[in-house]
Order: sequence, then structure tokens, then C-alpha cells
Amino acid sequence: MTLEAMTVSPRDAEKYEEKEFGFWLYLMSDAVIFALLFATYLVMVGNTAGGPTGKELFSLERAAAETLVLLLSSTTFGFAAVALSAGDRSKVLMWLAITVLLGACFIFLEIGEFCGMIQEGAGPERSGFLSAFFTLVGTHGLHVSVGLLWICVMIGQVFFKGLTAPVASRLMRLGLFWHFLDIIWVVIFSVVYLPGVL
Amino acid sequence: MDLFGRLTIESLPFYSAIAASGAAVTVLGALAVVGAITYFGAWRMVLTEWVSSVDHKKIGIMYIMLALVMLVRGFVDAAMMRSQQAIAYNSEGYLPPGHFDQIFSSHGTIMIFFMAMPFLAGLANLIVPQQIGSRDVAFPFMNSISLWLTTAGAGLMLLSLVVGKFSTAGWTAYPPYSGVQFTPGVGVDYWLWMVFIAGFGSTMTGINFLVTIIKCRAPGMTMFRLPLFTWTIFVTSLLMIFAFPALTVACATLILDRNFDFHFFTNAMGGNMMNYINLFWLWGHPEVYILILPAFGVFSEVVAVFSQKRLFGYVSLVCATVAIGLLSFTVWLHHFFTMGSSARVNSFFGTMTTIISVPTGVKVFDWLLTMYRGRIIFKPPMLFTIGFLVTFVIGGLSGVLLALPPVDYMMHNTTFLVAHFHNMIIPGVLFGYLAGYMFWFPKAFGFKLNERWGTYAFWCWIIGFYVAFMPLYVLGLLGMPRRMEHYEIAAWQPHLIVAWVGAFIILLGMACLAVQLIVSIRERNEALDLTGDPWNGRSLEWATSSPAAPYNFAVLPQVEGRDAWWDMKARGVAYQRPDKYEDIIMPKNTYVGAVIGGAGFVFGFAMIWWMWWLAALALLVIFVAVVIRASDDDSDYVMPASEVKKIEDARFAELAKAPRNEMADDPGYAGDPVPEAT
Amino acid sequence: MDASSGIPIERTARPYLIGIVLALILTAIPFWLVYDGALPRETLLMVIATFAVVQIFVHLRFFLHIDFSTTPRENLIALAFAAVLICIMVGGSLWIMFDLYHRMMV
Repeated sequence: MTLEAMTVSPRDAEKYEEKEFGFWLYLMSDAVIFALLFATYLVMVGNTAGGPTGKELFSLERAAAETLVLLLSSTTFGFAAVALSAGDRSKVLMWLAITVLLGACFIFLEIGEFCGMIQEGAGPERSGFLSAFFTLVGTHGLHVSVGLLWICVMIGQVFFKGLTAPVASRLMRLGLFWHFLDIIWVVIFSVVYLPGVL
Repeated sequence: MDLFGRLTIESLPFYSAIAASGAAVTVLGALAVVGAITYFGAWRMVLTEWVSSVDHKKIGIMYIMLALVMLVRGFVDAAMMRSQQAIAYNSEGYLPPGHFDQIFSSHGTIMIFFMAMPFLAGLANLIVPQQIGSRDVAFPFMNSISLWLTTAGAGLMLLSLVVGKFSTAGWTAYPPYSGVQFTPGVGVDYWLWMVFIAGFGSTMTGINFLVTIIKCRAPGMTMFRLPLFTWTIFVTSLLMIFAFPALTVACATLILDRNFDFHFFTNAMGGNMMNYINLFWLWGHPEVYILILPAFGVFSEVVAVFSQKRLFGYVSLVCATVAIGLLSFTVWLHHFFTMGSSARVNSFFGTMTTIISVPTGVKVFDWLLTMYRGRIIFKPPMLFTIGFLVTFVIGGLSGVLLALPPVDYMMHNTTFLVAHFHNMIIPGVLFGYLAGYMFWFPKAFGFKLNERWGTYAFWCWIIGFYVAFMPLYVLGLLGMPRRMEHYEIAAWQPHLIVAWVGAFIILLGMACLAVQLIVSIRERNEALDLTGDPWNGRSLEWATSSPAAPYNFAVLPQVEGRDAWWDMKARGVAYQRPDKYEDIIMPKNTYVGAVIGGAGFVFGFAMIWWMWWLAALALLVIFVAVVIRASDDDSDYVMPASEVKKIEDARFAELAKAPRNEMADDPGYAGDPVPEAT
Repeated sequence: MDASSGIPIERTARPYLIGIVLALILTAIPFWLVYDGALPRETLLMVIATFAVVQIFVHLRFFLHIDFSTTPRENLIALAFAAVLICIMVGGSLWIMFDLYHRMMV
């Protein structure tokens, strides 16, 4: 059944709008968390305590690859939303699964980057700069991981419950979350990686 | 791997008689509660009707119960500090320094996070949905999570008295002192995790009430018809959503520093401790307004009802509230004027600080002009309001003094500052919440609180306040630093003894509050509120029965103007019986909120004591609980029209028996002796 | 926002395709400029910042579907309010911290 053909009681429709707005407020609150982590990073970016700097540690290629998979995952999630509106369950499942794969790629790349740095002796305990870097980028990574778990739960719900109105409403909020994380990532590569390698 | 992390048998407080008795009181208190519930055979009732409740009114009552318990605990801390300082001239007093430091740290933490925050959340829960003519908050289940996370934080606070020692770093936990290098042990970790966990609860409360006020208003209830209390909760929610992230970041980074060897705030390795102070006050200053705005809302309601007059300058009060909300994000540096900023930075924040006193001044005049030519009835809530007006202005003036950086250099870290903020927070926050407690108590329980004991409580509190805190202004000018465990200057002691007497008078005030509650419950049949409108009220919460039905309104009210209930009474459409009732959809009770709160408590405890396996287990429980709840599409039930009719019939039968409202003894009195200015 | 169901309906993938193309372009240019390293540092930082701001708007428009006609007013107000507060908080923090830095460390 397509979204348009779905019968939703006015009360439920109101509830979904309330939830979307509430979730939007949560995202704004989360945006402030990231904003303050960015401010902290900028305050500490010069505090390398004699340790390695961004120029020595960051890899432009890896950052570009991370950006690419994350942007693609946002698009594939969008395709899932379109399939949802059309009421095509198997396509929703397919696009969600692809999104999970891309997101997992991102996490894999990021974990690789973190492990590499820690092995070089450039872990968060090395300097204030690295503490701020790991916290900022790690917080984003944590959000992506939670997002991945959430997508997996939603795949389960779509599979077992079908495209019901509550499931559709949850998928829409999940979409907000997923696209929001992309915006944070845009700021991360513009504030951390690109100026870092200069 | 060690099963119990760093928890050992030495963590129990057998090292000091005072600490052990504190622990004993806490444990016995908990046992007494458990025993009482068992004795009255009330476990089933407590669990099915309260712990699992998603009813905003019950959640509100539970918040306020928590707040009152924590008020007692915070007051005991205050009394201990006053006693120590009264005797500690040239002597050690009775408290060793480390213990004294724990006490001032826990006093501040408790009063801000676990007294004031739950109190305001409780009043908001109890009243806001009814004031806007709604059947519930937007997210009843999330409301339950907020309550239990706040309770989890408070539970950690109480537990810190029994297992391990609490922080000695003050309620602000400034590094580098709060760093692991200077303060190893679990104290600061207790502080961090309880604040972190309770902070999540507060953020969710903020989201919940903002959505409720924007989306769930009754037909005709436009934003500029909202009662002032709802307006203040609206702005407070906004501040909670946008200010608490700063506290989250400050706590999270300090946790990383302390437990995982990060270097955000350490002395060496590129840390920058000033950033903690910056982040903390980015939250801390809006927090002051998070606490005080709802009290302003209570005063606005109380002053209109007990002056029997429409609130003067409604629009200016709303604008002032919003302006304070915005400006509260632009003054945070005034908490650390002396910490090295240039004159340019200091003068900017000093100027902003004096500007923010303007909207507050507007409010004071609005309240005074509401009383002007009103027919004032001196019931306890009104007494607290008048006491607030007089006292708060004094505190405000000392605040404007402190807003000047050069003056602040003289006063910083002295008891002058302590006197100033208690002068804001006791009348501005606590009096407001106590006024709200006495004003809305009949709405929650169906009978009024004893007025005689309420009046006694008021006089003890206000006299005690002046006696306890005016000497601190003098002491500050004499140069006494805050948080002193003992001192060698003879001139200070007389003032400190007077302050101790003040604390004793406040103790009498606390006792009066307790007696008031006991007497009121015992004599409740003489103070029953059968109409639901005991004070001849103005806003919609007085349209429901006392206590309100689970759905608040059987038929959603149609709002035609400000002071909606007053207006309905004036038009003769109040207490109308509808022709027929409809089915009402209600949220089902659920234990998931309490499970998440409990797991949050365990998680905090495990992280404090480095029991990583237990922390992981608690997180897993939270995850599973969330997934189960998120997969439940059947969280509502339908209350059939017949049951609604039964409840409403009982209500109308009560109404028929009700005596005339004692506060509406003059039927020709319209309540507007002077033309409305706005 | 569809008024009847409370769940937004997305008929076509068009916005996502436009979004991904614009996002890739807006990402590729600063990455390439940094890789190339021909521009002076100050100019590069300005370019990076400008592209980031533009890309945020692209994401808001094409992925989060924010616009002035269909997005509920309160969502827009919340977004604007958050933007203002983020500017105050980040701007204020940097001002305070770098002022301290110049007075204490240099």
C-alpha cells in the first residue's frame, strides 16, 4: 500500500507530526553538542604538546573516501524513502540494506584511521589536540553507529510488520537523523581534515 | 579483569562517625520507605499506578516528592556548613576539611539538579497540560523516561553518601582540581555521572514540553492567550533544549579526561582548563533562568488570582520572558570575570549582564501594578509572592553591582557572592516553587494545604533567610572567601553565628512545611476542594476536577480569550454538562521508562566504579528496552464513553454538593477595577 | 508535509539525485584545491568555509527537504533559533578563549 492510500486517523496524523517536530528539536539540541565540540577542537587544534600535527596524521584520500560513502549512503536512504512512498516493500529493504553497507564502510574506514593513529602513538592521550580530534570525530562516528543499529532495527520492522503507518513514520525520522549526520560530516571535513592537511 | 572494578570494602564509610551516620540515615530512610510500602501492602498500587505511570499528573507528583526529599537532604548539608563555620574560629570545628568540602559540593549539586530541577519539572507536569486545555503531554512515555533518569541521578547522589566519597570540587567541578591528578577517587566521577544522566532527562523534558505547548493546545488557545506559567515553561523548555548540550559536552570531556587519559583540561599535554569553565557556564547561566522563569510564572498566576484582578501587562510579561530567554545566552562570562579576560571581553559581558536586569525589572513592576488597587487576599502563596518581590529586588541590586567587572574583582569568591545568589535563588526560585506547591496542591490531591502552618512556614523562611544571608554580604565585604572550613579572623565569627541562627530559623520553616503536610492530610475532610476551583482561579487548570480525571477534560474546552476559565465563568459557560461523551484514547502504563531509568542508574554506578562488564550489560538493557518499545504499535487504549460518563457524573454530583467558593463572595465583582493597560 | 497522514510523501528521487550531484561537486572542489595546494592558505580557508556553508544549505534543501512553503513554520523557527545560538556559543567561546590565549600564552 502506498503512503497516500494509507488510512491514518487524524489523531495518529497529529501524533506523527508531533513526533517529527520533537525529533527535529532533538536534532537541534544535538547540533549544539557538535557545535561545542567544534569550538573545543578549534580551541585545541594548536595544542599538540610536541606531538604530531594534523598535517602529519590526516590523509586526504581517506577523508575523501569517507565523504564519498557517507554522501552515497544519504542518497540511498533517500531512495528508500521514495520506495516507501510508493509502497514497495522489497525495494525499501534493498535500499536500506545498501545504506547499512555504505554506513558500515564508513565506520570501517574510520576505525582503520583511528587504529592507525593509535598505533603510531598518536592516540587521544598524546595531546590536547588529539583528544579533541578523537572526541569530535568519534562522536560523529558513534552517531553513525547508532544510526546503523537503528536502520537494522527498522529493516526488521519493515520485514516483520510491513510498511505500516507507524513504521513509515519511524523511517522518516530515521531519515532526518541520517541526513543530519551528513551535514555534521561536511563541517568535519571542512574544519578538521581540509585545514588540517594545509 | 576485576569483577568489582575499584569498589572495595574500604569504600564503605566506617572511617568517620559523621560519614557513617549520614550513610546510616540514608540506608534507614530507604528501608523505612520499603518497610512502609510493605506494611501498608501497597506494592501493587505503587508499581501499577505510580512506577509504571505515564500520566503527567502522577509523574508531576513524583517529581515534587523527589524534590522535597532532596530539599531536606540539601538543607541538612547547609545546616552542617553553617554550624561548622559558626564554631570554627581558630579551631577545627567538628568537620574535617575533606568532609566539609564534600558537603558544600553536595549542597549545591543537590539544590540545583535534584531539588530545583525536579520541582520545576513536577510543577510543569502537573499544570501545563491542564492550563493549555490538553489531555496529556505530547510524549507521555518519554515523560516517564525523563522522570526515571532524573531519579537515577538523584539515586546516585544518595548512594554517594553510602558507597565511596562524594566530590570535593564544588558544584561546578572546575579543573584542574577536579582532574584525576589532584582529585583521584570516585567523588568527581559520582558528580559527573549523576549530572550527565539527569541532564539527559532534562533535555527530554524540554523537548516534551516545547512540543506539548506548540502542538497540543485546546481550540482557540492561541500563543498570546497562554497563561503566564505556560509561557515561562515554554521559554524554560527552549533553554533546556539548547543549554543542556553545553553541560553534556563539559561533563563528557571531563569524564574522558578523568577515566581515559584525555587532555582536555589537564595542566600538561596541551589541555586548556579554561575551556571547561567556558562550557560549564554556557550551560550554567541559562540554567539560572531555567530555574527562575517557572517561578516567575507561578508568581504571575498567584498574584493575579490573589489580587482578584487581571494580570497587569500580559504582553510585556511575555516579551520580558522571551527576552530573558535570549539574553541568558549572552552573559555567561560574568561568572569568570576574574579569570584573565581582557577589558574588552569583560566589558561586553558586563554590559549584557546589566541589560538582562531590565526585563526582570519590567516584570517586578507588572506584578506590583497587578496588586495595585486589587483586592489582595493574603493566603500563603500570596505571602511567598510578596516576600519574593521585596527580597528579590535586594538580590537583584547586588547582582547589578557584581555585573561591573571592577566590582566583581573585589567580590569574586567571597561570601558576598554566596549571599547574592542565595538572595536570587531562595526568594526567586524556592519561594516560587513553594508558592506553586501550596497553590496547586488542591489540584493534585483534592484538598487544600493548611493555611495557618503555611503562614508560619512563610514567616520562618523569610526571617530565616534575612538572618542567614544578610551577614554573608557583610562578611564578603570584610573579605571572607566562600567555602572556608575554618578561619583565624575574630571579626568574622559574630556574623557567622548570626547566620547560624538564621539557618536554625529556616529549619523551623522546614519543620512547619512538614507539619503543614501532616496536619493537612489529617484534616483533609475540612479542606476538601469539591469544585476543582478553590481559589476562584483564572486559567484552565481550575476547570478540571481536583484531582483531575485521567483525561483532564472530557470535552476539550473552547477558548475565547486570555484568562480562559475566568472568561468562561463570566460568560456563564463554566461547568456545562455536554450532551454526550466520546471515547478517549489514553496511553497505556508501561514499566519501560522505569527500566531505562534503573538501567541508567546501574550504568552510572558501573562507570563510576569501573565495572565495565556491568556498564555494558546496563547499556544492553537500555538498548533492548528501547527496541521493544519502538516496536510496540499498540501503546494506547480506549477509555469508552460510558466510563467517561461515569467519572463525569460523579464529578457533577460533587459539584452540586460543593459550598460556594469563599473567594468569590462578591458576585458583582468582575475583577478589573482598573482598565487593562495592554 | 502531507496533511492527511502526518508522514511526508516523496514521489520522486529527483531531489536526492540533484542533491548528490551538487554535494559531490561542492565536496570535490575544496578537496581538489587543497590537494593541488596552489592557492595561498588564507584564500583556501575562505574557499573551504564558503563551500561548506553552501553545501549545508544544499543538504538542508535536497536531503532534509527544508523549504519555506511545506516545512512547518515551527521547524523553521527552531532551525533559525539553533543557528543563532550556535553562532553565539561558538563565536563567543572562540572570542573568549583566543582572547585568553593572547593574554596568557603569547
